[in-house]
Amino acid sequence: MMAGVMSTSETATRVATEPALRLRGASKSYAEHDAVRSVDLDIAAGEVLTLIGPSGCGKSTLLRLAAGLERPDAGTVELGGREVAGSRWVPPEKRRVGLVFQDHALFPHLDVATNVAFGLDRLPRAQRGPRVAEVLDLVGLAHVRDRHPHELSGGEQQRVALARALAPCPSLVLLDEPFSSLDENLRAQVRADTLAAIRATGSAAMVVTHDQTEALSLGDRLAVMRDGVVEQVGHPTEVYETPANRFVATFMGDADFLPAHVQRALLTCEIGVVSTVPGWGGSDVHVEVMLRPHEVALRAEASSTAVVERVEYHGAFVLHEVRLASGRTVRSWQQHGVRLEVGTAVDVTVVPGSRPVLLSGDTALTAPPA
Amino acid sequence: MTVPAPGLVRPRTRRRLLAAGRPGWSAAVFVAAAVIASPVVAVALGALLQGGLQLPGGVGGMVATTLALTVLVALGTSVLGTGLAWLVSVHEFPGRRVLSWLLVLPLAVPAYILGFVFLSTFDYAGPVQSGLRSVLGEDLGALPVRSLGGATIVLVLTLYPYVYLLVRAALSDLAPTAYDAARTLGASPARAFRTVLLPLARPSLAAGLALVTMEVLTDFATVQYFNVRTVSVGVYLVWKGSFDVASAVSLASLVLLFAVAVLAAERALRGDARYHQRGGRGRGLERRRLIGGQAVAATGACATVAALAFGLPVLRLVTWAASAAAEENPFTDTRFADHLTSSVLVAAIAAATCVVVSVVLAHALRLGGGPWVRAAAQATTFGYAVPGAVVGIGVLALFSAADRLLQALGREDGTGILVTGSVLGILLAYVVRFTAPAYQAVDASFARIPPTVSASALTLGAGPGRLLGRVHLPLARSGVAVALTLVIVDAVKELPLVLLLRPFGFTTLSVWVYELASENFWERAALPALLIVLVAVVPVALTFRNPATRHAR
Repeated sequence: MMAGVMSTSETATRVATEPALRLRGASKSYAEHDAVRSVDLDIAAGEVLTLIGPSGCGKSTLLRLAAGLERPDAGTVELGGREVAGSRWVPPEKRRVGLVFQDHALFPHLDVATNVAFGLDRLPRAQRGPRVAEVLDLVGLAHVRDRHPHELSGGEQQRVALARALAPCPSLVLLDEPFSSLDENLRAQVRADTLAAIRATGSAAMVVTHDQTEALSLGDRLAVMRDGVVEQVGHPTEVYETPANRFVATFMGDADFLPAHVQRALLTCEIGVVSTVPGWGGSDVHVEVMLRPHEVALRAEASSTAVVERVEYHGAFVLHEVRLASGRTVRSWQQHGVRLEVGTAVDVTVVPGSRPVLLSGDTALTAPPA
Repeated sequence: MTVPAPGLVRPRTRRRLLAAGRPGWSAAVFVAAAVIASPVVAVALGALLQGGLQLPGGVGGMVATTLALTVLVALGTSVLGTGLAWLVSVHEFPGRRVLSWLLVLPLAVPAYILGFVFLSTFDYAGPVQSGLRSVLGEDLGALPVRSLGGATIVLVLTLYPYVYLLVRAALSDLAPTAYDAARTLGASPARAFRTVLLPLARPSLAAGLALVTMEVLTDFATVQYFNVRTVSVGVYLVWKGSFDVASAVSLASLVLLFAVAVLAAERALRGDARYHQRGGRGRGLERRRLIGGQAVAATGACATVAALAFGLPVLRLVTWAASAAAEENPFTDTRFADHLTSSVLVAAIAAATCVVVSVVLAHALRLGGGPWVRAAAQATTFGYAVPGAVVGIGVLALFSAADRLLQALGREDGTGILVTGSVLGILLAYVVRFTAPAYQAVDASFARIPPTVSASALTLGAGPGRLLGRVHLPLARSGVAVALTLVIVDAVKELPLVLLLRPFGFTTLSVWVYELASENFWERAALPALLIVLVAVVPVALTFRNPATRHAR
């Protein structure tokens, strides 16, 4: 399928071994602020990386740097081992990177097939039609090829935009919040279809999002950005379960922090013994422990000093907020059937087997502090 | 296309263009800006380098006349334009909808046409004075029609629509809350208008007045009917009398000073307030229904103005044209076809050039390039604010510099076009003057193309050329059409630039009308004049359909 576009087999091998995207020290600032500050980031061939961060953190700028819509002030950008920004400059039309925008950005004056064929101008004319049919099939829209964009639903427009980006077989596709303009009930399906289509072509992808659930479920790896800096990159479970710092911990999910103490490899805090900390045998330090609501267990206990303060019904789960004797609060997910009344005294413990993250200051600890 | 929910679209990202820029396209913007600025620069530099202005006698009187005329016309158009805008925006009365459109039509009657119709009607031999004499007796004496007052009346009647349009747009964009609040606090409608609406509409009034005064400064044809000698008239007479570039440049630099003063005054009058938003957020004011005498007075006032400035003059032109046609078929006159062809050809070439320049500007800006490119593109729009006498003399000064250069290089005749004038000069002057409206129309179309669409085309492998041909031009074609129309109409109407720059024997419709009218051949001037009015109605109709296109000017 890719043979029609790849000029030589050599290109194909190089693309397969070199990272699809490599940023080294990439920086871009605007008059008002530094949008991206010295970012290093690799996306392997065929890998799907999700980029998340609060609005204004520079994630869209990073994507525009990769596409060639912005020129970095410093640092280099490589695509498939070829430098495209840094000591030389390759404009966007010569980079052959696929791009899908939040507003889909279809050409309103062209029908669906012509939209999809727009990037195929270097393909021999006879091969264009079959390729258009192929990618439209891939996104399940073969039946709308003669329509114009305004005749399509938002979800269909999104899929056409994806087909258009994938048609020239780019080794990298960039998606800028591609699902946020879609209805909530449509989003999950379109997201799954999109990912399947990208996987089917073998392109690497960078998906920019500000939706935590999307970020955790979508990609092979996840990069969290703040203030123009990549705070952490890793597998979604890694980022969620062992965040590098307080910002990543709170940004990726609900988290409560309690002062804690490690002595002879035993972690204790206000709610009692939390866990053992192997390798910390010689330590006697004060730290903070991060507890996610699913790690906190509750049991009604009349003699306890902790009291349920708020109950939030979420359908499958019920979120309980408990005020401890010290005045601090922790949150706990309880199964659908469990409804402790506000005011109930409860015993708070940590779910057995949890390995909560420890912090010193704003940084997560991976080893005992010196 | 479906519109994403507003909360989800972060405007910062969407508005961001492609900041990378393209050297070739950016350079084209600078070239365009340099060409358009060159006549003004030539006048300013010429005046500075001469070491002292060479002003003819009587220049003091010209300056005083110019001041008086500008102030009188500004006052007249403010009162008439603002008053009518207030009537149709805040009140409901019989015929309001039709009248609010009819009141824009006088824009289609150039001052040099209304001027001769006015003179023919009110001059000593005209029907009004003859009628008065027959009633009051022969010892009435001549009324001072050919005077500053007469010129003021004609210019106010042709130019008030600028103020009317802009103030009306500002009033219809206003949220009704402020006005309603003032009314509930006990202010009369008149007081609420004075204390709330007028201050809010002040930036628009300032912009309208700037347009009006620029037109007054540009005119040196109409005022000559009335024996009013402004500085612009001086420029024209000095040039045509002596073909002395240095003196003409000196006088033209005075006109330029006037223009700069007008722009400064607009800034001051506008104050800290910004231009009204196009499209506006407010839904306009709740109209108060006038009844009885008030309603009759409102309808009457609007109808009178529309009749005086458009209806009656056009009726008179039609009558003349009909009586002239009864004597002799006007179309057998070969001059008619000749002059029409000249007008249309020059207008079409000018329009095509202006549109090409505008498309290049808009496309280059979309490709990025940074603040200097944006500033250069902005600079091309100032040509519209430069009075015709300055542009014309600037073009002549450029040609004279080219002559000197060629003579220095050994060609004794130089270009040979300085004294004889040339169509090339007219075209250059048109491009300087009319790129602004063309660019505004094209730019409005480009603004509706999301930057993401341009970015998508680029990443799909389309270079700047293909992006222009396959995406930008097809999507901006309505703006291109509007731009072509606006420039053709402006060019057909244009008189002063052609008078100043035309080659010997080159006559357009507007020049023909002016020549015939100056020699009191009113009946024969009527048909070409009607044709010009007919052409000029087109953009006024566009204005009615899409108020944004012309307001911004």
